[in-house]
Amino acid sequence: MIPLRAIAAAALLAAVPALLAAEIPADQRRSGYSFMGPDSKAMQDDDTSNPGMLFVLDGEALWNQKLGSAGKACADCHGDARESMKGVAARYPAFDKALGRPVTIEQRINLELAQRQEMAPLAYESRDLLALAAFVANQSRGMPITAGDDPELKPFVEKGRALFMQREGQLNLACANCHDDNWDRRLAGSPVTQAHPTGYPLYRLEWQSLGSLERRLRSCITGVRAQGYDYGAPELVALELFLMSRARGMKMETPAVRP
Amino acid sequence: MQHPPNSSRRQFLGLAGGAAVLGALPVVIVRPAEATPAMLASAIQTVTGGAAVRIGKVKLDIPPLVENGNTVPMTVSVASPMTANEYVKSIHVFNEKNPQPNIGNFHIGPWAGRAQVSTRIRLADSQKVVAIARLSDDSFWSASADVIVTLAACTEEVN
Amino acid sequence: MASALINVPAKAGRGDVIEIKTLMSHIMESGFRRTAAGEIVPRDIITSFTCRYNGTEIFRADLFPAISANPFISFFTVAKESGKLEFEWVGDNGFASTASASITVE
Repeated sequence: MIPLRAIAAAALLAAVPALLAAEIPADQRRSGYSFMGPDSKAMQDDDTSNPGMLFVLDGEALWNQKLGSAGKACADCHGDARESMKGVAARYPAFDKALGRPVTIEQRINLELAQRQEMAPLAYESRDLLALAAFVANQSRGMPITAGDDPELKPFVEKGRALFMQREGQLNLACANCHDDNWDRRLAGSPVTQAHPTGYPLYRLEWQSLGSLERRLRSCITGVRAQGYDYGAPELVALELFLMSRARGMKMETPAVRP
Repeated sequence: MQHPPNSSRRQFLGLAGGAAVLGALPVVIVRPAEATPAMLASAIQTVTGGAAVRIGKVKLDIPPLVENGNTVPMTVSVASPMTANEYVKSIHVFNEKNPQPNIGNFHIGPWAGRAQVSTRIRLADSQKVVAIARLSDDSFWSASADVIVTLAACTEEVN
Repeated sequence: MASALINVPAKAGRGDVIEIKTLMSHIMESGFRRTAAGEIVPRDIITSFTCRYNGTEIFRADLFPAISANPFISFFTVAKESGKLEFEWVGDNGFASTASASITVE
């Protein structure tokens, strides 16, 4: 049963074709953090009460562990992640020259594991991959997002933008309809955020677990009753790239807490 | 038994949305029978042994409108000097509509210095949460709070 | 891979009332969820959490499925002497995990 509010929202938005998605002015951009209540903010602020930090700790352990048939640890080449990974996640998704396309942090980790540690890729959304991604991204916490700057990424950013603006699904909604035009309004009691992925991978209270941006995008796409994309699909990577570049300059918060 | 108006919607969306904590194992949330007020009363009785429960001394801090029913921060505090002669022995928290009425029991003593416990709880639906404190003189005091629980805006497909 | 996050002040004055915060990694499977095939996912929760201060139990919690995943529990104690705080989580399927923290009381 489709929620009545969503039908009403879709009807309203469909009936006003002139309502073009207007980009959020740079000075009005707000992190999803600012839409949360004080209890959720407190959960994110304290590293010893933020459940995402449990995953960051696991990631740190994996970073130092000998892995794969090569029996190497990330630390063997990259040393102390606090130094070597500083600012890295803030510029992802990044262009991979060999593949000729952008890759997410999770994909980069798997590429490295395959090449350096000679091991099979970790499954998307597996605890180990999330832990490593969270640990790496945590090293960029507090730093401004720089993703999407690379001129080689331009066609992919544009593809992401097109996907963001494209109406889809049975509810015929585009990401922009909610996240550019109706942020700070409410959907089924929850505030609609601006959809800046400043804190990924993040601990979502709904999941009671850490999860990636791709997982969140897949839920949203299901939410508008559109055909979903597989994990790692170029469309999801393009969307992630667009969203990160749209958030350029905002500070990384990984691991964030969100409802 | 009266079902709240959106319980079938929650059930459907729960069916659609039970994903992924178990990874490959698709999980579906089908709401089992709700706890009844009788179950709540009986659970409280198990703790109090039928003794009178007075309202007061206990403060139950819980958001009136939760951001997500899966993880609701809750703090229970009891006004007590926490001296060797007058202290809180235990704090018991119950709910009205989850599948079962108990949430947690917390055992402390005068060494605590302050009778206050915080945790995060799951609330399946909008309902009443009840906190009961047992004092050193074996008297029982309680507080309750009505909490509104909404659904997450985008639930996940089972795949 | 069970990890715990503990927050205990490293130092406290004698007689200070201090807050101890704990966070343990655990799925807290309620036992009320079902698979798509309709089978119950069996309960798998932490049932008990205890804290000992230099060997003496100062806090104990009985936990039920209504406690969220990755349980966060915070409580208070009077800092009476320097020493060790030991934490233990016990649960279904033989789950047992411990952690500890030191405190200097002056």
